[in-house]
Formats: sequence, structure tokens, C-alpha cells
Amino acid sequence: MPTLSIDGTEIEVAEGTTVLRACEQAGVEIPRFCFHERLSIAGNCRMCLVEQVGVPKPLASCAMPVTDGMQILTRSERVQAAREGVMEFLLVNHPLDCPICDQGGECDLQDQALYYGRVRSRYREAKRAVTDKDFGPLVKTVMTRCIHCTRCVRFMDEVAGVPELGTMGRGEDMEIVAALDGCLHSELSGNVVDLCPVGALTSKPYAFAARPWELSHTESVDVLDAAGSAIRIDSRDGRVLRVLPRVNEEINEEWIGDRSRYAVDGLVVRRLDRPWLREDGGFRPVTWEAALAAVATALQAAAPERTAALMGDLPGLEGMTALADLMRARGVASVDCRQDGGAYGPGVPASWRFNAGIAGIDRADAVLLIGTNPRREAPVINARFRRRWRTAGLPVARVGPVTDLTYPVTELGAAAQVLVELAEGSHPFADVLERARHPLIVVGSGALARPDGGVVLGLARRLADAVGVAGADWNGFSVLQRSAARAGGLELGIVPADGGLDAGGMLAAARAGGLDFAYLLGADEIDPDAFRDTFTVYQGHHADRGARYADVLLPGAAYTEQAATYVNTEGRPQQARPAHPPPGDARPDWKILVALARELGSPLPYESLDGLRSRIEAAVPHLAHIDQLPPVAPLAPFGDPDGVLDAAPFEEMVPDYYRTCPISRASATMAACARAVADA
Amino acid sequence: MSGGTELFPGPDRDAAEAILGRYPPAHRQSAVLPLLDLAQRRHGGWLPPAVVDAVGDYLGMPSMRVRELVTFYSMFHDRPVGRYLVQVCRTTPCWLRGSDEVLAGAREELGIAPGETTPDGLFTLIEVECLGACADAPVVQINDDYHERLDGERMRAWLRDRRGAEDD
Repeated sequence: MPTLSIDGTEIEVAEGTTVLRACEQAGVEIPRFCFHERLSIAGNCRMCLVEQVGVPKPLASCAMPVTDGMQILTRSERVQAAREGVMEFLLVNHPLDCPICDQGGECDLQDQALYYGRVRSRYREAKRAVTDKDFGPLVKTVMTRCIHCTRCVRFMDEVAGVPELGTMGRGEDMEIVAALDGCLHSELSGNVVDLCPVGALTSKPYAFAARPWELSHTESVDVLDAAGSAIRIDSRDGRVLRVLPRVNEEINEEWIGDRSRYAVDGLVVRRLDRPWLREDGGFRPVTWEAALAAVATALQAAAPERTAALMGDLPGLEGMTALADLMRARGVASVDCRQDGGAYGPGVPASWRFNAGIAGIDRADAVLLIGTNPRREAPVINARFRRRWRTAGLPVARVGPVTDLTYPVTELGAAAQVLVELAEGSHPFADVLERARHPLIVVGSGALARPDGGVVLGLARRLADAVGVAGADWNGFSVLQRSAARAGGLELGIVPADGGLDAGGMLAAARAGGLDFAYLLGADEIDPDAFRDTFTVYQGHHADRGARYADVLLPGAAYTEQAATYVNTEGRPQQARPAHPPPGDARPDWKILVALARELGSPLPYESLDGLRSRIEAAVPHLAHIDQLPPVAPLAPFGDPDGVLDAAPFEEMVPDYYRTCPISRASATMAACARAVADA
Repeated sequence: MSGGTELFPGPDRDAAEAILGRYPPAHRQSAVLPLLDLAQRRHGGWLPPAVVDAVGDYLGMPSMRVRELVTFYSMFHDRPVGRYLVQVCRTTPCWLRGSDEVLAGAREELGIAPGETTPDGLFTLIEVECLGACADAPVVQINDDYHERLDGERMRAWLRDRRGAEDD
């Protein structure tokens, strides 16, 4: 291990460390624009210059590996002069338009100009101007501000795997361009806004909306897919203005998908902000008292066996627990958290979790995807698959429709029958999995929601046994969920009790007139027509599909407005925190249900959030271990491997990445993205 | 257009494979510059977008990476050029030795300004920076050949001769 001195302090670093990294380890900050720890090294901005004693020219520290005995100076006069020189050159063509630039206040160039910029410019010639480019509905360009660090180009090339950005020309004529105008064809494109160290790439929907110092920051988790990415919600005056990723090395690193980032404009439209009661074919606004009384009356009149409760994709553990407790106290058996009808082994956590862990992808050495498109179902997880392929040549095979995942895939066809061959070991890819030390089998939640979902699950399980996916330190049998609520509902055991109906059974019974009362907690990804003749209560934050035939609409809170716990696809509980109170008369989900139970005359055994969380902890202790992976779940038997497979091939489960839930369907930005992709 | 067969037909295919043979098989992309040069020579001295994309396909490179190279290197042309690409050096040694006169001669003889192509498609005139032959300034590069120690009249005479030869 080489030892070097940085500003006179000796430090020992690992072989191959760059001077910049060594300086960071020594606690010395080095200014930079082009260098980014998650991208390849470009070495083109020159801002990170340092001096090496005995070397005549300053070094670009980001690209210089440490050698033993190096003496580095970062605060000498030469270094200061060199950096001032670089800054002066960068500012030659950079416009002085900070007052009208959205990056203002959170701009690397602005910050570093404070330390290295000259007070007055010596430049008297014309500045260059660059035509703006059309990067689509999410990324606004002001290309005259670009300093050509190429972070955006490298991100799209390396992380997103969509090499659509490039540098055209050279020297003064150099420009960043997109391959096609109108759209970047990546679900991760918004991250280039965070990466841009200047105001060349800014957020289009957030343009001129706020200054960073006016915003309140709320650390929370994303619920628009099941990865559970760490986010920061920036709000002002009771409105979410933007969502940014936070670093969580085990999940999203520092990226988030475009839907998670940009769907938040949907939070302020089509909202339920007061209770409504259906009357004479229309809705009438009513008070909470009247609405709860109407629900209580109908619920008391309904027979428990003709009553059902269904939970959607977005509720947190607290709301789901309160609804399940309320219903079970009344003897209702038909309570289900799986609105998609997914077949999971009841009570077997290994059958619904991504058991390998998202970070486990970094260890995987062979992957089989079954009926899943991770690029659309969880873009940040797909980025890990891509990196693993780039760094270690990860072999990936897929049973399902052919789509571009941004890495090479061995296509095994979309027919489910190939699972039998794989499970029997007669398919060549079974050997690849068997030879792998850390084989990973990823089953899509969509594959389990087919009529033969139990057979698919059972065959995947049998294959897992045959190739030995579970070892002492590894369980490669993994289910990739698409909705933020599903794993949590399953951990809580919210499935029908004996004799109860599951989601499919509820819909069928409702169509046949066999239900008196249905309670939909944000259940929107179903056919609402089924509930046309049933007394239906819809509790949620948007007047979306589930509200269409409801008799009572109860306004709940969205994920940015209530404290709620979500369990991601790994089974990891994380807490969402409210950035502001819900709009109008809307209330947190659990409070509505506590009030309803009181109205029914049979109060729930908790009246506070803490009480409710204690109840959850008592039932499922690991759900209280926030941010922790759950204890390893044994690969107990589940599924029905000997059942009959459907002839139907696996289908794409997310035909429209941008619109998958009530929030994203209400978002004008997401609609614009869907149009841009369709037009391109 | 995709694949090597259409891009480099006939004997060019051997030339392309010979170029590829100079690099390790795992690093086919290293051959991109000589292959672009070969492609440019076979496509009238410039690289149409479809040819650029085809070179990318041939080497397994994203077309954006190939386009970057084409715009970076001044010896690749992404717009059509005449059969004779007349590159007049204007850097200091040539300028001191009369490159202005040489350029004026070319302009008058061809009736076009730098950056333009004659209507018959024969000549494209451009100004370039140092060609590295300062000892024999002023210098003009026409296609692969250097023409040294020129003056306005010799420039005009050469262009006149060429046009005459092409007309015959």
C-alpha cells in the first residue's frame, strides 16, 4: 500500500487510489466538475489540479494514481493560481445569468467561483452562444451554460445504458447533443439534472418554481415502484415542488427513476380533498360525520360473508393494518392486499421477497428473469444488473417478451413452458445457473398474477432447488414486486381467512351480485365496473379508477402527506414522512379507519400512530426494524409446480412506464413523457 | 445499411479485415478511425450518417460514439465535399510567406469562398491550420497531396489544369 503526504500529512491508501480520492480520505476537499465517483474518469475540466513536489506542472488529481512517496500540495500558491486559471477559462464562455438560472443557489460553478473566481473578468471578446437542445419533457437545456464536463454523456452511456447523448465537434465548437430530439429514451434520464454541475441541464417541470433556500426538505422513501428508493421531498407552502434522490447504497445508490422524480405534479390534481356521497347518480360533498355514518350504516347492514376489503398499490402498513383489523373484528374473511391476484406461498416470506437483496445483485454471477422487465418495473434495480454486466459480464437470461434491458440477454422465449425444461434441468441455462456461485432467479410479480401464477411460482421454486440457489450466505430466489404496498401487506398477512375471497373472488362475487359491501383502500388497478351494484367505499387520495362506482369517497393522504411505513421488495421496512398536511379535509389513512371503527361502536385497540405501530410490531416484530433487511427467510415449500401451465406467453406488465398509479396518471408531466416516447 | 458486406464490398472487405487484424479481437473498436477513413474514401470523400451508423454496427459501437469521432477529427467530413478538397494553410509561417495570395488565387479561380463547393462538385475550398510543412510554406493540401512553395498564380494554374483535365 503506497504512502503519500498530502499538505504535509502522511497517509496510506490502497493500491490504485487516485490522488483526488486520497485527498478526500485525508479530509482535504478538492474542487471538481467532471469527476463523479459513480462515473468513469474523464479528466477534462481540470478544476482538480494539485501540485506534486518536484513535478513542474500541476496534476489533474482525479486521474492520477497515487505512487509511493508522492508529496502532494493542495493549498500552495501554485495550486491556487492554477485553479483560478481554470476557473477563469471556464467562465470565459459561461454566461453571467445566475439571477435567472434555476441552478442558482445549488450550483457547483457558482460555489467554486466564490473560492477561485476573479472579482472582475479580463475577457473582453464575444462569448459563444450555443443553441439549446430538445431533451424532452423532463430535462431543460440552456446549452450556453454548459462547461463540457460530459457527466451527462457518461451517465447515459454507463449507468442508464442508453447512449443517446454525445459531444459533437471540438474546442470552441463542442456541443452536447442528443441522438434524437424530443426525448431521452431512459427511465433514469432525470438524474442528468442532478449530475450537471452548472445550469445547462435543469428540471423542466420545476423551471422557475422556487429557489433552493425557500424549500423545506423532508427525507422520505419513494413508493411509485417497489424498490423503496431514498428520496428527499422539497416542498413550499403545502405543495411538493420536486423530489430528489438521497443516497442509499443498498437500494438506489444516488439515482431514482423518472416516474419517482417527476410524477409529483399529479399530487395536486384530481385530488379527493373532502368526503363525497353518491346521490341520484352524482356525488354530493358531505361532512366527515355524514360520510362515516353512511359507511357505518351500510357496513352494519351487510353480512360479514358478503363484505370484502381490498387494498391497492400505495397504502402504507398503518392504513392496511387498521382496515384489516376493523374488518376482522367484524368477522369479515374476505380481506386481501393483492389486488393483482398474485400467487404467493401463504405465510412464506421467501415467496414474495427479493431474497438476494438489491445489493446482492452485485454478487450475482448468473441471472434468470422470469416474466419481468426490471427496466420498467424498477429502473434503479435494472441499473445494478447493467453495472454487474459491465463490470463482471453477468450472464442474464429471460423468460418473457423481448425488450431492451440495456445489457445483453439470452432470450428463452415468452412461453411459460420453458420453465418446465429449466426445472427439469434439460435446458442449457439451468447448467449456467447450477455452475454459478451466486445464481439469481428473479420472478416478476406480473408472472405470479397470471391464472397459473401458482404453477409459475412452484416451477421457479423447483428450479431454485435444482440449481441450488440457496446457500449458506446466499438466497438467490427473488421476487421483484412492482407496488410499494404489496410486500408490506403480505408481511402483515393480509390475505383472506378461511372461506374468504381473494381479489379475483371479490370481483367475481361483486359482478354476480354476491357482495353487499366493498371497501377499497386505494385499490385502482382493478376493473371498477365489477362494483357497480355493490355498496362500495373508496378511500384514497385521487379520484382514480377505484372511485368510479363508489358510493362513498373518503379522502386519504398521499405518501408525501402522512407518516407511513412501506416494505420494499426486499422486505425492508422504511418510513415515509409527511412533507406537509394533506389537502382540505383529507386525513391520514389510519386515522380515517380509527374514526370509522369508533363510529361503528367497536373502536380499534389503538388511537395513536405509536399505538398502531406497537400493534404492528407485536404482530410482525421485524417490521419495527426500520431500514433493516428482514431476517433471512427459509426457502420453505410454496407454489404448485405440478399444476397446468397456461398456453399464453408472458406479457409486458408495464406497457407505459410513466403511468402506473393514481398519482402518475394524474401527472401532466408523465402524460407528456408518454406522448414523447410514443412520438419518437 | 448494416454489416460489413454492404459497407465494405468486394476488395474493401479484405482491407477492412486487414485493419481489424491489427487489433486484438476483444478490442474491435480500436479500428474505428482507419475504418472511418476507408469508408470515407469509398463514399466520395465524406461520411453520410448511414455510413457512420454502419461503421458503428460493424464494430459493435453505439452510433453516438462514432458520430463524436467524425465531428472531432477535422479529416472526417460529415457533409459532401468536392472531388478535390483544397485545404489552404493559414497559420503564421504560411501567412508570412503569402498564404493570403494563395487563397485569393483559389477563390478567384474557383469563384467560391472558403467553406464552399463549386457547383460542378469538383472543388471544395477550406482554410486549415498548420499542416506541418512550414519549411516549404505556403502549403496547400489537395486530397492526399501537399503542394508547397505556392503563390497565387501557381495555385490558379493548378486548379485550371485540373478543371481542364476533368472536362476532357
